[in-house]
Amino acid sequence: MNAQALSGGFAEAPLQSARAFRAVMEAMARPGTLHEVTGAAPPAPLSVAAGVVLLTLCDDTTPLHLAGACDTPALRDWVAFHIGAPLVPAPEAQFALGRWADLMPVNRFAIGQPDYPDRSATLIVEMPDLRAGGARLTGPGIRTEARLTLPGVAAHQANHARFPLGFDLILTGDSRLAALPRSTRVEAE
Amino acid sequence: MTDQAYTFAYLDEQTKRMIRRALLKALAVPGYQVPFASREMPMPYGWGTGGVQVTAACLVPEDRLKVIDQGADDTTNAVSIRRFFARTAGVATTEATAEATLIQTRHRIPEQPLREGQILVYQVPIPEPLRFLEPRETETRKMHELEEYGLMHVKLYEDIARHGTIATSYAYPVKVEGRYVMDPSPIPKFDNPKLSGNAAIQLFGAGREQRIYALPPYTAVVSLDFDDHPFTASKPGHACDLCGAAHSYLDEVITDDAGGRMFVCSDTDFCAGRRREGHQGRLGGQA
Amino acid sequence: MYVAVKGGERAIDNAHAWLAEERRGARDVPELTIPQIRQQMALAVNRVMAEGSLYDPDLAALAIKQARGDLIEAVFLIRAYRTTLPRFAASNPVDTAQMALDRRISATFKDLPGGQILGPTFDYTHRLLDFTLMAEGAPEAPLPGQPPVAADGDTPPHLPHVSEHLNHDGLIEPAPQGETLPPDLTRSPMELPADRALRLQAITRGDEGFILSMAYSTQRGYGRTHAFVGELRLGRVAVEVDIPELGFAVEIGEIELTECETVNQFKGSRSEAPQFTRGYGLVFGQSERKAIAMSLVDRALRWKELGEDNIGAPAQDEEFVLMHADNVQATGFLEHIKLPHYVDFQAEMELVRRLRAEAAAAEAQQHQQQPQEAAE
Repeated sequence: MNAQALSGGFAEAPLQSARAFRAVMEAMARPGTLHEVTGAAPPAPLSVAAGVVLLTLCDDTTPLHLAGACDTPALRDWVAFHIGAPLVPAPEAQFALGRWADLMPVNRFAIGQPDYPDRSATLIVEMPDLRAGGARLTGPGIRTEARLTLPGVAAHQANHARFPLGFDLILTGDSRLAALPRSTRVEAE
Repeated sequence: MTDQAYTFAYLDEQTKRMIRRALLKALAVPGYQVPFASREMPMPYGWGTGGVQVTAACLVPEDRLKVIDQGADDTTNAVSIRRFFARTAGVATTEATAEATLIQTRHRIPEQPLREGQILVYQVPIPEPLRFLEPRETETRKMHELEEYGLMHVKLYEDIARHGTIATSYAYPVKVEGRYVMDPSPIPKFDNPKLSGNAAIQLFGAGREQRIYALPPYTAVVSLDFDDHPFTASKPGHACDLCGAAHSYLDEVITDDAGGRMFVCSDTDFCAGRRREGHQGRLGGQA
Repeated sequence: MYVAVKGGERAIDNAHAWLAEERRGARDVPELTIPQIRQQMALAVNRVMAEGSLYDPDLAALAIKQARGDLIEAVFLIRAYRTTLPRFAASNPVDTAQMALDRRISATFKDLPGGQILGPTFDYTHRLLDFTLMAEGAPEAPLPGQPPVAADGDTPPHLPHVSEHLNHDGLIEPAPQGETLPPDLTRSPMELPADRALRLQAITRGDEGFILSMAYSTQRGYGRTHAFVGELRLGRVAVEVDIPELGFAVEIGEIELTECETVNQFKGSRSEAPQFTRGYGLVFGQSERKAIAMSLVDRALRWKELGEDNIGAPAQDEEFVLMHADNVQATGFLEHIKLPHYVDFQAEMELVRRLRAEAAAAEAQQHQQQPQEAAE
């Protein structure tokens, strides 16, 4: 384990994770809204926001899948030291982390069971360009409509069509995050 | 000042993460009851342990917390819960609905419309709307899965056959976004319309029954009814005797041995605010 | 003039002060000490540990003192404290065959290897109030040879389970060996149907009175299982924890347990030869009534896996038993109806008034119509 793995976690976990969760919750409750988070310094190529999400939501009880470019030795070490989440293949993951292309095909991920739709994966998607604009979002949490730069509109439409089953997305880029729950209807711009 | 013997907002970090994960899934599937590993809290089950755990998982140091029970800030259990968080999280508290960022409530939705950025946390005794029709969790879970809500309609219809009206006055069941039937907690049905299209995040915590559910802002929530017996958000036909409000929910107070009574707003902050603005009811601004 | 009820904070403070005074009682009576409670109210301490799911006699004694002897309140104090404790490790399963026995009886064999050990039991006491206990004594010198089984370097006996003797002949079902890690009732929400490990957890921390009544109901025919006490044992077992860095298990302490294994009739089915079956009870401390009751309820709940009929008895109903056994949950919800319910009650009152008004109006209309009809 390299020295970098030992740093970059929350210095004051109870307060930092509380603020970070509030941002994640606002994002999930109001799909398409963007929220700033701070406090994590994960190894490259991970964004600050993705690091914050991992530190806030994951621990040794949440199987995690690292996809593609995010599956690096440095990141594995960082996860092992700060989070302790067991690393697993995609179908077993409660959380998955990667760029959209690396997470494909997304039908590998858990979508919950008809009697327990909550037992579904949350995908943390690293975005090169996360901002308002692009795909049109409507549904719970959105007053009229929201716009978000989203990859793979068809995949989100298919995910929504299975409601209440489906996975949920937390989109991260730099120190910003947004979310796209399965309840959101997505239309291409 | 925060009590140093306990971590911020009492719960340990692992427990908070578990509750936070449940909250996110609850928001992603509005109206669906997410099981969570409710912890024993230093207050009894049935006294708001679910709401307290949800609040503990959501609070940030910058929050301004309001706690109400029956709409009032000064009922003993509301006082007790507010003290608990003032002590364990060191957050500021308020009685003003408009100033609060997080409101924990038992049995009421504040009269003043909530805004974006606010969170309303409900204490829930029995989260399962079908429980009194079917006591078995194994059965009700299946009914939700299959959207088999006929039993609920039969129950409401039997009310109409017997009483000529739906005889449910509080904890009146609702349907969320056309999918899940949900128990809104024992709020009077007068409050039901405020559930729908609300700008605030609404979170529901049932500690003893180990369930969390949620309504994101602007979620469509419909009170169950029939075309020929539409839902009405009724209240007694009085105005508040203190502030004169005609459209707020009222407590009935017995004032003497001779059957004398008065009606006052159950939302104490709302009533006090109106009186400060100079509004007066039948008994004036005496109180 | 009406004044809205204010001053909740002061009322609460005053109530707490009064409560503290009541707890202490008359100041001229010496205050109870924790060692006194632990030593002389040991069975109360045991019950609080068992239902509080925390093995710590000193804390249980403290909880009893603080709760003024209300054991359910004491259990609640322990549970609330337990929640805040960090979890360092999970122990290996304790080996009750290696128990250092204080008591071991079997109702199924007159004699057996190791014999019957009566131990410290109320069983054959005559329930006559002993007025000599009313005379308070000064500290006494320890009795010679106390405790009897462990005196003068005698090691307490380790004896195999009685069921092992039946097992030799294939007369009793083998104890199922679970490979999977049992779920933890205190860390994940109850999921139904529950497996046996989860059921046993719920029952062992369940209310003694509730479990007793459920067990009693099976004896009276509500899900009868024809139980014999194959063995009841009380003693101390070592608790070991695997230390990954060392590569072996280390003993971290000793706990007192009561274990009961029942031997139950079983007629056999088309697929299985007749064989005795088992019910199992394991409880912290000396808690015999609870351990026996637990084993009866456990056995009654196994009807499905043993292919027995569900006669609809309460003790066969897993959801009913498991969802109502916890006295901390039950007490909280029961007592919450003390809390204000003005709002719901007001809603009900409005509804009843409206229904009554409508009924009265309908009746009045009927009275008006009847004379007209008669006139036509």
